[in-house]
Amino acid sequence: MDALLEPFGLGLFRHGLAVAALAGALCGLLGVYVVLRGMSYIGHGMSHAIFGGAVVSYVTKVNFYAGAGAWGFLSALMINRVARRRTIGADAAIGVVTTASFAAGLALISRFRSYTRNFEAALFGNVLGVTPADVAVVAAVAGFAAAVVFFFYRPLLFTTFDPEVAEASGVPTARIDALFSLTLAAAIVATMNVLGVTLVAAALVVPAVVARMLTDSFSRMLGLSVLIGGLSGFVGMYLSWFLNISSGASIVLVEAALFVAAYLVTGARRRLPSRAIDLG
Amino acid sequence: MGELIRFERVTCRYGAEPVLSEVDLSVPAGGFLGVVGPSGSGKTTLLRAVTGAIRPVAGRIVRPSGPVTIGYVPQVETVNWFFPVTVRQAVLMARIDSRRLPWASRAEIREACGVLERLGLGSLAGRHIRELSGGQQQRVFVARALLGRPQLLLLDEPTSGVDVRTRHEVIHLLHELHHEGLAILLTTHDLNGIAAHLPQLVCLNREVVATGSPREVLTPEVLERTYGAPMEVLTHGGMPVVVEAGPGVRLSPERRHHEHPEGHGRPA
Repeated sequence: MDALLEPFGLGLFRHGLAVAALAGALCGLLGVYVVLRGMSYIGHGMSHAIFGGAVVSYVTKVNFYAGAGAWGFLSALMINRVARRRTIGADAAIGVVTTASFAAGLALISRFRSYTRNFEAALFGNVLGVTPADVAVVAAVAGFAAAVVFFFYRPLLFTTFDPEVAEASGVPTARIDALFSLTLAAAIVATMNVLGVTLVAAALVVPAVVARMLTDSFSRMLGLSVLIGGLSGFVGMYLSWFLNISSGASIVLVEAALFVAAYLVTGARRRLPSRAIDLG
Repeated sequence: MGELIRFERVTCRYGAEPVLSEVDLSVPAGGFLGVVGPSGSGKTTLLRAVTGAIRPVAGRIVRPSGPVTIGYVPQVETVNWFFPVTVRQAVLMARIDSRRLPWASRAEIREACGVLERLGLGSLAGRHIRELSGGQQQRVFVARALLGRPQLLLLDEPTSGVDVRTRHEVIHLLHELHHEGLAILLTTHDLNGIAAHLPQLVCLNREVVATGSPREVLTPEVLERTYGAPMEVLTHGGMPVVVEAGPGVRLSPERRHHEHPEGHGRPA
């Protein structure tokens, strides 16, 4: 029993647990909109784009959060703008904008090699290396995202479900999209040091997909996705201590295990005759 | 009767080619207009211009009586049926201005339930939208549009891909709403099932070919100019019935407008 509670005795680990759970819940919240807009690739793309912004802010000695955040927001706006052209789909727009941004970051790294170490945390995540300031930033962004979803719940839902009819009904869809892009960019910047560029995408998509498999109600999907993301962050972080593996990878593996479980359960439920479900 | 919307020589284009060219059109308060025309004739663009989703490159769209509240019913083919919303949640989306809180107020729920009851969907409020029949799905989106208390209801191909019974349900519902004073503008491919039953038609092929009652515009000459293909028009019970040429169906010029023959050929 003492061995199971051992990691909780370390302040650094407690910080890590809190920030991992918060980051998971935050990604779970925004991931619902990302998945339902059919833009699952955006998490992957934006995290790579923001990596370019992170490099630029290190090189130009601008605050990481301000530089990478502004870069990410601009990338998201460019993706939205390019995607609105009918001849270019959202997936292609994400591919073009974000890989160009990532390439700019790589080019700068190869030019200024002294920064290489700083970027390892951004690429692969380092929960135990987060400072109290990083925890505060993740908490503040999570609070901001929760407020955006709470106060813009209706226009966000309408814009996600049916943007054209929403616009015809008086919803300022362009402004709602810009607000969502800003929130998403802030979330990716804040969670990048925790989960890493390569794993943020999974944290955005998997909890929402698992939640979607479990419910047909939007509000329940939101709640479930936050819960799954937060729990996966907590459990993944905790397991990483005992398994001695990267915390980001551990968190995403927990989410992947939940996905497999939900897939099997919902698949089995579909195969059962309806009477068996009623009885069960 | 006052005008809600007036198109004055409106031209819209997506690329170099105009999709609508110098269109003049008037939608009166309480009017009921159907827009017919072939695929690519600009029907949906016309609706999008009314909603403001596309701006004219020439001409202007006037709202003589001031801003118009619009309820828009999209083509059911464009709806994401796997989106996690119940019937009630889908309908309540229309209430975007009333309050900021995510959950609906009791008054909003009462109002939504009232509209759903009226459209015969009361018992289905908790169902996922995918679980409904074609006609019920169409009525869900009409209910959503009505909950926004529109002055003008726009419907894009409301009977596309539905069976005859559903088509009857939809046209019956629209006539009811029209009799209550709601202005309706819809697009349709269905000349016999829908267009012939409307009070006023606009034949469109990028430009307005003709405007008038079905009896006035569903003529072989107008239809040939609109669709670019010969069609025969018969009359059955006082209503025009359009027959289009097809494999094995030859239209004879002398029979192009004929009173009540036994049907032959393929209705358009």
